[in-house]
Amino acid sequence: MENVQLLEAYKRMVLIRKFELKAKKLFEANKLPGFLHLYVGEEAVAVGVCSALRVTDQITSTHRGHGHLIAKGGDVKKMMAELFGKATGYCKGQGGSIHISDYNTGILGANGIVGAGLPIATGAAFAFKYKNEDKVAVCFFGDGASNRGTFHESLNMAAAFKLPVVFVCENNLYGISVDARYVAAGVVNGKNIADRAVGYDIPGVVVDGNDVNAVYEAACVAVARARAGEGPTLIECKTWRQLGHYVGDPDNYRTDEEKAAWLQRDPIKAVGTQLLEKGVCSQEDLDKIAADTDALIEDAVAEAEAAPYPDASALLTDIYAE
Amino acid sequence: MSKITFGRAIHDALQFEMNRCPEVYLAGEDVGFRGGDFGEDMGLWAEFDGKHGAESRRVVDTAISETAIIGHAVGAAACGLRPVVEIMHMDFMGVAMDEILNQAGKMRYMNGGKLQVPMVIKTTAGGGVGAAAQHSQTLEAFVAHTPGVKVVMPSNPADAKGLLISAIRDNNPVVFISHKLLMAGKGEVPDGEYVVPIGKANVCREGKDVTIISWSKMVKDAMQAAEELEDEGIDAEVIDLRTIKPLDEMTVLDSVRKTGRLVIVHEATRVCGFGAEVAAVVAEKAFDALKAPIQRVTAPDCPSPFTPALEVEYLPNAAKVVAAVKKIMK
Repeated sequence: MENVQLLEAYKRMVLIRKFELKAKKLFEANKLPGFLHLYVGEEAVAVGVCSALRVTDQITSTHRGHGHLIAKGGDVKKMMAELFGKATGYCKGQGGSIHISDYNTGILGANGIVGAGLPIATGAAFAFKYKNEDKVAVCFFGDGASNRGTFHESLNMAAAFKLPVVFVCENNLYGISVDARYVAAGVVNGKNIADRAVGYDIPGVVVDGNDVNAVYEAACVAVARARAGEGPTLIECKTWRQLGHYVGDPDNYRTDEEKAAWLQRDPIKAVGTQLLEKGVCSQEDLDKIAADTDALIEDAVAEAEAAPYPDASALLTDIYAE
Repeated sequence: MSKITFGRAIHDALQFEMNRCPEVYLAGEDVGFRGGDFGEDMGLWAEFDGKHGAESRRVVDTAISETAIIGHAVGAAACGLRPVVEIMHMDFMGVAMDEILNQAGKMRYMNGGKLQVPMVIKTTAGGGVGAAAQHSQTLEAFVAHTPGVKVVMPSNPADAKGLLISAIRDNNPVVFISHKLLMAGKGEVPDGEYVVPIGKANVCREGKDVTIISWSKMVKDAMQAAEELEDEGIDAEVIDLRTIKPLDEMTVLDSVRKTGRLVIVHEATRVCGFGAEVAAVVAEKAFDALKAPIQRVTAPDCPSPFTPALEVEYLPNAAKVVAAVKKIMK
């Protein structure tokens, strides 16, 4: 990444982190309904990939989707309002944290079903190719989803039809509490999920998911390939979530040693250090980014809290289109 | 007006809509070169594409991959296309149930009404051909139970054409279900553009003594039963629902208020079949008009058997409808 881009990436990663840590506090204070799945620690994946995209490109996201949405350009105010279930949220409170979408920003939707985004992104890519539009679809999914049937069927269709889609596997090593080594074939022997690309005759790339530069570079290659009509790519980003599967998860399935080691590799701190070392900005600049972001998040929360809930009459709207 | 088969009526609807609207495409197993499992798509591949794999566009032969067939259609529809995707036998829809239940049906509501998912899942149902338990089912109730999804089940070639054109033009996911045994049957079908509105039942036979409500192939059995009943002095009204969801409550209730008796006939198994929904609506809204208990003539809660000796016992037919009517005419 060029310096300017790296700085933008840093700001975006900080925004994701602060949005989520604030959401966590709100959730713990019983202010947010439903569930909350946080992306803390995986920000380099979303930001690295989305830095390679245009606003007109579409992404599908997951239950752990805040990072993808913010990285793609989502408005944190509308997102926060949606988390509160308010009428001013992205989905008028009808979707919530795991169903946020905004077509105009290129967010085809977060999804509550693990692996459900893969065929949807494949179909979006089908539409782009069909209409001869210069657009790419990107599907974010986890290591857990890579074991679902949707993974196979989507990669197979996308590869057979040479669709402009990039499959981004965020391998955070666990499907809720279950270590991928126990349930994902080959992982225990050091095989990668990206190695499965061989079966579809498409590139399979492994990158350090905590290194935003590495993710960005891999994404640029894959996106260029997709735009050129050469078909899909499977990128596996090795990463780790710093918090539990959801807020409230006892997180007793990971050892203290493992936690300590991964926390040393925080993706945002790494970019901050790079920016300082390269002389792109000073510590004061970084502090200001943090303070400005805090202020934006506080505004988002204040606006969301003040916003109205949907009227009861909204219940039966939007089920069917005219 | 032309006398054509049910399958040809489907072809004509697809051809008309694909010519009218460049966003309409057909995808599924064997829809291309082979022209569909029942031949209803015959000719479209050569007319519109004639290409395979990555080169195909408007008529797309896919892998045997129901999840990708329905799932990709959700994404394509959300991004501006109007896919018609084919699931060869409705029994196979279970493979892709998440894509119907949680994706197609709910996408619009979850995103606050900003996106729409205009797609048709075209499929076949029904027994009577010795196809056994995994190729004979009639699963309209499965899909009708999903908010956001519409379901149509034509009983004749004209309705097949008119309802398929309506389904393709609808901005929601519509499941279009044909009965295998209707495919080769002929009927008069209007030429050119012909639209049958979704949500409107058809009173096929007027009568005053009892209302027989049915859909798909069972309409034939209901009509045959009505003729036999006429010989015995019973004047039956036969309603073809045509659309399962949204249910045309008004036509159903008006008829029951007139006759005071209701027999519901469907080929699907009994427990939680769509007949239960129809019966519940009538019980809620026209209970006072009923002179006798509502009857259901359905397949039993049993997998479809293979042997013709048992399948004939399993399936509803005109004689069973006649018996059910007589039971409440006493």
